[in-house]
Amino acid sequence: MKLIKQDIDKRTGFGSAVLLPEEPEDMWHAYNLISPNDLVRASAIRRVQQETAVGSTTSNRVHTVLTLRVTSTDFDSDAGQLHVSGRVAEENRFVKLGAYHTLDLELNRNFTLIKGDESGGVGSVQLSGADATDRVSVVVGGWDSIALATLEEATDARRRAQIWAVVMQDGLANICLITEHQTLLRQRVEVPIPRKRRGGQSEQDKALAKFFDTVLSTLLRHMELPPVSAAGSTAASGGATAKKRFNTNGIVTNHPPSTPPSASTSDPTVLPLLLASPGFTASAFHTYIKETAQRSASKPLLALLLRVLVAHSSTGHMHSLAEVIASPSIASKLADTRYARESGLMDRFFKMLRLDDGRATYGPREVENAVEKGACGRGGGVLLISNALFRSNNVAERRRWVTLVDKVKEMEGGEVRVLSSAHESGKRLESLGGVAAILTFAVEEEDEDNVEDIANISDG
Amino acid sequence: MSGHRRVKDISYDEDDLDYDYDEGDEYYEDEAGDDTLSPEDQEQMRVGTIKVREALGPSITATEKEIQDALWNYYYDVANSVKHIRSIKLPKQTKPAEQPKPTKSESRFDQAAKAAANAASASKKPGPSPDDIVINAQKKGTQTGKHDAKKKASATDMAKGETNDGLEKLSVKEIGSKNLDVVAEFEKSGLKNAANFVVIGHVDHGKSTLMGRLLYDLNVVDKRSIDRLQREADTIGKSSFALAWVMDQTSEERNRGVTVDIAMNHFETSKTRFTILDAPGHQDFVPNMIAGASQADFAVLVIDAGTNSFESGLKGQTKEHALLVRSLGVQRLVVAVNKMDAANWLSERFEEIKQQMSAFLTNAGFHNKNVAFIPCSGLTGDNVARSVPQGTAPWYDGPTLVSALEAAEPAARALTAPLRITIADIFRGGIVHPLSISGRLEAGTLQVGDVVHAAPAGELARVSGLEVDDEAVDWAVAGQIATVHLSDIDGAQHLRLGDVLCSPQHPVPTVTKFTAKILSFEHVLPMQVSVLRGRVDAAGHVEALVATLDKSSGAVVKRKPKIVQPGAVARVRIRLDKGIPLEDGARVVLRVEGKTVAAGLVEVVDEVKKKATGGES
Ligand SMILES: Nc1nc2c(ncn2[C@@H]2O[C@H](COP(=O)(O)OP(=O)(O)OP(=O)(O)O)[C@@H](O)[C@H]2O)c(=O)[nH]1
Ligand SMILES: [Mg+2]
Repeated sequence: MKLIKQDIDKRTGFGSAVLLPEEPEDMWHAYNLISPNDLVRASAIRRVQQETAVGSTTSNRVHTVLTLRVTSTDFDSDAGQLHVSGRVAEENRFVKLGAYHTLDLELNRNFTLIKGDESGGVGSVQLSGADATDRVSVVVGGWDSIALATLEEATDARRRAQIWAVVMQDGLANICLITEHQTLLRQRVEVPIPRKRRGGQSEQDKALAKFFDTVLSTLLRHMELPPVSAAGSTAASGGATAKKRFNTNGIVTNHPPSTPPSASTSDPTVLPLLLASPGFTASAFHTYIKETAQRSASKPLLALLLRVLVAHSSTGHMHSLAEVIASPSIASKLADTRYARESGLMDRFFKMLRLDDGRATYGPREVENAVEKGACGRGGGVLLISNALFRSNNVAERRRWVTLVDKVKEMEGGEVRVLSSAHESGKRLESLGGVAAILTFAVEEEDEDNVEDIANISDG
Repeated sequence: MSGHRRVKDISYDEDDLDYDYDEGDEYYEDEAGDDTLSPEDQEQMRVGTIKVREALGPSITATEKEIQDALWNYYYDVANSVKHIRSIKLPKQTKPAEQPKPTKSESRFDQAAKAAANAASASKKPGPSPDDIVINAQKKGTQTGKHDAKKKASATDMAKGETNDGLEKLSVKEIGSKNLDVVAEFEKSGLKNAANFVVIGHVDHGKSTLMGRLLYDLNVVDKRSIDRLQREADTIGKSSFALAWVMDQTSEERNRGVTVDIAMNHFETSKTRFTILDAPGHQDFVPNMIAGASQADFAVLVIDAGTNSFESGLKGQTKEHALLVRSLGVQRLVVAVNKMDAANWLSERFEEIKQQMSAFLTNAGFHNKNVAFIPCSGLTGDNVARSVPQGTAPWYDGPTLVSALEAAEPAARALTAPLRITIADIFRGGIVHPLSISGRLEAGTLQVGDVVHAAPAGELARVSGLEVDDEAVDWAVAGQIATVHLSDIDGAQHLRLGDVLCSPQHPVPTVTKFTAKILSFEHVLPMQVSVLRGRVDAAGHVEALVATLDKSSGAVVKRKPKIVQPGAVARVRIRLDKGIPLEDGARVVLRVEGKTVAAGLVEVVDEVKKKATGGES
């Protein structure tokens, strides 16, 4: 995302930023940036009904600029689309003040984000538990430390590693794209494969070949590589499905033109491909790709082969991806990526927790309690927090977590890691209530039974 | 055909139908009364009525007219008529709590279909491909069209236009039920001494070789076949695996020298008919082992007596498998202390292993009296089917492996409970039977001609044939592993491994949330897990640790623990990404990162909230 203009008072947290989303991932950043009560200004197309002199109505589409006071956001990770809902805050010829509207942010079109503009909005929130003299609580506008960090991350122009992954087991494959901030499930492929049975060998072989064929053609489609004419006849029907999908999912198709050529990799058009499975499925699939590439002499496929990594996973489910990425052999290849760091971090946390010596804890109230007692500070304290918590529609709830983060970072000297809820490791954290901590000393747990935070979150 | 689509069409039309019934009796009499039916139609109606009555069973009473109307509307398709009548009858006649479930599962399909139609999100949700949707929509169109036309058309038109259609359907349906009293048939068949056992143990400890040897020495596999396998094994440098290849049949298994999936085989002694389920030992294939173990009455645990092998197995799958089969309900264990040839038939080694394993197994919840230790060598065949040659092991005077197997007491069979078969395999049984499944009857009985309900699809299917031990039979009972040939159902659309075939009167609910009482093998936290049951391998979450429990009394020790320690018993709440058929009392296994972290019993399905708070208060 490009930062076109910025006018933010870091002291008060008031101000605005003009941003230009350039790729689908930017919508994810925008989703994390835009909170309820913010103002969002962007151009939109409106359909206007006009009554002509003779009394008939005509319908026209007009471009207009909408400014909304945000009530909620809705992110479609598959399509990479962000819908921003709110009430019109600036009236114009086409829209009435206070009317409800939904704006779809678009690629390559500026939008303006204004936070903390009105006194009595965000600023008046009661800061629970925060001492009035806390330097931390001075920022009352929406540009708090988390929002600023998100903005910085979003506008970081460095090219980031992306990788395709197929997590599979016999008959099941999850095809996904791992970006710096998200793991996007592109397609789940299921082909029933008869089990081992006396005399059933050929039926099984046929089903397996069909499975590999389907996975490969689906994968190539999503990677936007040309299809190879496969041995089986199934490719044709698969191709038809592909077209349908892409027509409605234009963002994906738009991706390559907007991607600046990268200098860091030898062949920028081919992303690495990770194949992972229990047993031999992934390596058998690798062999299948090899054979197909040789038979068809397809250049893109041969180029792709050079970038294939085969790894072990315990299942073909998506959640096994976290374990693959954290495994030493893969981690070393993905070293400086956010998802690898996050996976490693969660692993470290789980190891600590298993020791059961009280130096690791999870759950909102437990972690707050530990921070309160000073156990998450200098000398090894690490706060792990899912960015889903900052997206809370409840302003006070967001404030609660920003305060906690600021406290650990600024006052306690601990380390804070904000994990993307759109990665598998972030999902692991979410199972634990979205927040966890590695502590410098064991903290006695408050033995209260009244509120069950985790249950509340997961029931919601 | 696409069953659920049909159901949907019909439920749409239900109002119309009722309307016709109420006010339009003449309508039927005028235009489609019995008198005006062609002789063919009358015959179809007569046969169909009988079949529908059978399928409905005694619990649902439907009038002659209701049945005939349904048959008429479904072109004499018995399965769909039964479904329709059940759908209009059941809400009134059974407890309301039972009814919503099948309806729910139908709408689940519809939801999936809708979701898939929305191409943007189709990638996420399993369901019919857009192509399927189109096809379904087309079918739906024609069906609805026919349906309407039929009501309007005169009886003679119909006799001409529809008879072919009807006849065709009838000929498929012609597999009549013999209407057997299966329980009585079973009692007099002398089939009581039959058992399935799963062969478990650490990778390479010699499970497949031992079973290959057993089948060879009992003449189930002849010498020629073994010789051929030996030649083939020699060719690819896997000479020592020839006997294992009796069980390991896929090229992958043979090339790699590792069992991947369950191999099923049968043999018979003078006393008992056995089914072997040879499980893979490799850690990656534990899900397949679980699928095998959940069909077994008892287990044979194979242990490599060789130096270090036993010890490394005890850290690996010797331990995991033993714990798993116990958790899956297996109580009897035959421990085959194998490769004794490599251990020079040393009694010390046998005793050492026996002692250590006894301690471990007692701890794992096996009763001493249910565990037998048999020294043997699969490779040489010593003490498998024949005793050890004189002088080799003078210290041993116990039974051979085969006699130890025969000591198995017949397992209790839930013959009178509602039918349950968890689908372990789906395949093409040949030209006559394009769709077949296999699996163990966990409860109930089944005979050719029966109508079964497939959960979670909520579809009905007809049993067009049955096989047990590779032989065609008229019926099967709980405890047997049967091959069931099915008709009147679209398998590709509605059947998946792990689905459950059940009695239409008592279908299994589809569940996404449940509480379970678990025994943990590793640390348990709120986390993502694979939930395994039979062939089902479902992604889900441990949502909350409700409490740790006292091992013997089951009383709550600590509410909402942070973590459940290995070896502890706990109550946890689990949510699945996708619903699976599940009932109270079902046994499930939880795995994370390739390790079994816990196994347990499903306590409450669906009503998670009610019971969970009950347990806490
Ligand atoms: N010396 C000796 N070797 C044996 C014996 N039984 C099996 N083996 C050898 O052990 C190796 C593994 O045998 P398998 O039968 O494939 O072992 P498995 O337990 O079925 O292995 P998985 O199914 O992959 O877990 C082969 O090389 C066999 O020849 C035995 O009784 N004595
Ligand atoms: Mg084997």
